[in-house]
Amino acid sequence: MRVLAAMSGGVDSAVAAARAVDAGHEVVGVHMALNRNPGTLRTGSRGCCTIEDSLDARRAADLLGIPFYVWDLSDDFVEDVVEDFVAEYAAGRTPNPCVRCNERIKFAALLDKGIALGFDAVATGHYAQIVHGADGRAQLHRAADAAKDQSYVLAVLDEDQVAHAMFPLGDAPTKAEVRAEAERRGLPVAKKPDSHDICFIPDGDTRGFLADKLGEVPGEIVDENGAVLGSHTGTYGFTVGQRKGLGIGRPAPDGRPRYVLSIEPVNRTVTVGPAERLQVKGLVAVDPIWNSPAPAGPTEVHVQVRAHGDPVPAVVELLGEELQVTLRAPLNGVAPGQTVAVYSGTRVLGSATISGTTPVS
Amino acid sequence: MTAYLDHASTTALRPEALQALVAQAGLGAGNPSSLHSAGRRARVTVEESREALAEGLGARPGEVVWTSGGTESDNLAVKGLFRARRDADAARNRILVPAAEHHAVLDCVEWLEAHEGAKVTWLPVDGTGLVDLDALADALGEDVALVSLMWANNEVGTIQPVARAAELAHAAGVPLHTDAVQAVGHLPVDFAASGADLLSLSAHKFGGPVGSGALIVKRGTTLVPQQHGGGQELGVRSGTLDAAGAAATAAALRAAVAELPDTRLEGLRDRLLEGLAHVPGAVVRGAVPGPDRLPGNAHVTFVGCEGDSLTYLLDAAGVECSTGSACQAGVPQPSHVLLAMGLSATEAAGALRFSLGWNSTDADVDAALAAIGPAVDRARRATGSRTSRRRHRIAEGAHR
Repeated sequence: MRVLAAMSGGVDSAVAAARAVDAGHEVVGVHMALNRNPGTLRTGSRGCCTIEDSLDARRAADLLGIPFYVWDLSDDFVEDVVEDFVAEYAAGRTPNPCVRCNERIKFAALLDKGIALGFDAVATGHYAQIVHGADGRAQLHRAADAAKDQSYVLAVLDEDQVAHAMFPLGDAPTKAEVRAEAERRGLPVAKKPDSHDICFIPDGDTRGFLADKLGEVPGEIVDENGAVLGSHTGTYGFTVGQRKGLGIGRPAPDGRPRYVLSIEPVNRTVTVGPAERLQVKGLVAVDPIWNSPAPAGPTEVHVQVRAHGDPVPAVVELLGEELQVTLRAPLNGVAPGQTVAVYSGTRVLGSATISGTTPVS
Repeated sequence: MTAYLDHASTTALRPEALQALVAQAGLGAGNPSSLHSAGRRARVTVEESREALAEGLGARPGEVVWTSGGTESDNLAVKGLFRARRDADAARNRILVPAAEHHAVLDCVEWLEAHEGAKVTWLPVDGTGLVDLDALADALGEDVALVSLMWANNEVGTIQPVARAAELAHAAGVPLHTDAVQAVGHLPVDFAASGADLLSLSAHKFGGPVGSGALIVKRGTTLVPQQHGGGQELGVRSGTLDAAGAAATAAALRAAVAELPDTRLEGLRDRLLEGLAHVPGAVVRGAVPGPDRLPGNAHVTFVGCEGDSLTYLLDAAGVECSTGSACQAGVPQPSHVLLAMGLSATEAAGALRFSLGWNSTDADVDAALAAIGPAVDRARRATGSRTSRRRHRIAEGAHR
């Protein structure tokens, strides 16, 4: 197959590309330039898409003996990931930009361009597995290494996207093993630290980034009875389940910690309350995407609501375009905007975007 | 077997240059500034090479300043001349320069503007990249420090009226620098006849080694040195002289000049350009092929294509060319040359430069012409496909 290897400059995507070469594919490396401001491409800050990352990716491609290109997808990235991220926070939701990037950049803008140029698949360094079922169709499964599994951030891919995806690291026993393999292959990125933060917020200050984009939108922090406890400069600085940084001087009457329970961007209100009120027993989610046949009637599955969260048994039912999720065990601190990924065993069936929750109490 | 059609980026060492390089480098130690016999032997090589280079360019040996190549020559010329002129007369702080110059000139000018108070008048170019001499004449005045005008454009190959521009500049008491990196070895270049005060050249563009070049400095022109040290090259350019590089540069120029006018190369280019022009949506850019265009340059934009798709597809088909000038960061930006010529960013996105050189063959042209049609078709489809899935998704999610 002709494979487009997305190479970030990190160790995972370099080893993934190497494995695709070993498997006999005709591989071309592409580094996606995602930052619109070419100035920051040259200033070498941490995170994705610095010039240093692109040079690391190029060095790895050179060692693998594969052609290497930089494709400028910054317009798509800014519009579909960064602006979406800001708009979601402004609307009181909690987005996952890595999910959006997979859905709309790596397996959309990049994949579409690759297919048009004659490629058959996009290979990335994600820890997830493509398994071909009895019907020959590609299925998305969890990685062999449960600790590194990244199937959650890929659950937004539809059947066609999964059919064109390749995850050469899916069967890697551990991340340490991947680093050792990079070392054995002589890839200089073997010791490069993992990236953590949101790539377009390299200093990690999400609240400051949002404040720059959205300005001050002051409002009140209230308890569940509507009593005003404090004020804030923008609801976008809060996430459901957040405990620290609320800026409420007085302790609760019962002395117990308070958490963000809900965010109302229209009237600019952040509601806080005790931990048990964060527990939810049901979810409603919209915009479902299935890479498998959509569930017909109530279906026993496992669901996962964050990248490294534990799967929880649940019953899902599709009512029109809305996914109703009844949890068999309560979940804590679920925010609208998060993706709920639906699993059957190790297989990802699909996902939807959480729009509402039902508290336990 | 690949077809190398990127000679304007760099071309292979000519056999004569390789021989000179190896012969000189194999002689052992010898610093041309040393007084002992090893030094004298190296100095003889450097000076003979200087004489040969000067002869090939219509310059005097004393006017040759050896440098590390085109970028250094442009830096020494633009910064060194600006500083000398300003030191002599603080009122002369304006630089006149077309917007379609090479970055080695443009970035010097912008740096002087940002850091040393230079004023800049960007001279317009027409749709073929030709500088507007009326605009130059209008801009010349008491406050002008220098004019910089390339001999031939590195992207679209348009040859500039350097002699006429030098006349205009001199009439206003202003010196002129010309970046002749693409011209030397490809066109007859007569420094004295051109009237230019400074001329930059780079050896690896005409079959010499990378890392060698020269700035030709008309007698009587004052330059402020940009690097200081041992005082070589009359103190204008300190640094140990590279005897092997000088010998190879001179040998390459001698061989290149012997081929001029290069009708063979022009014939290949004409056939290539004619074939490229027949591709649907192709628009030939730059001057009409002939006396106003570099003999090895073919530049075309393809409607609806992205240059990086085209270079990938052609590379995969064994045809090596470029979207414009080589870009270190690797992120394609619309060419400033094409934008200066009045193209939109979208039009400029589909640009390809094919450049032929001393060892180009008919087979290279055949390979490019065989590959270009399918590559353009496919690249055009790739542009169209880009946003279809995204639009679909966004429409789906619009109610969120």
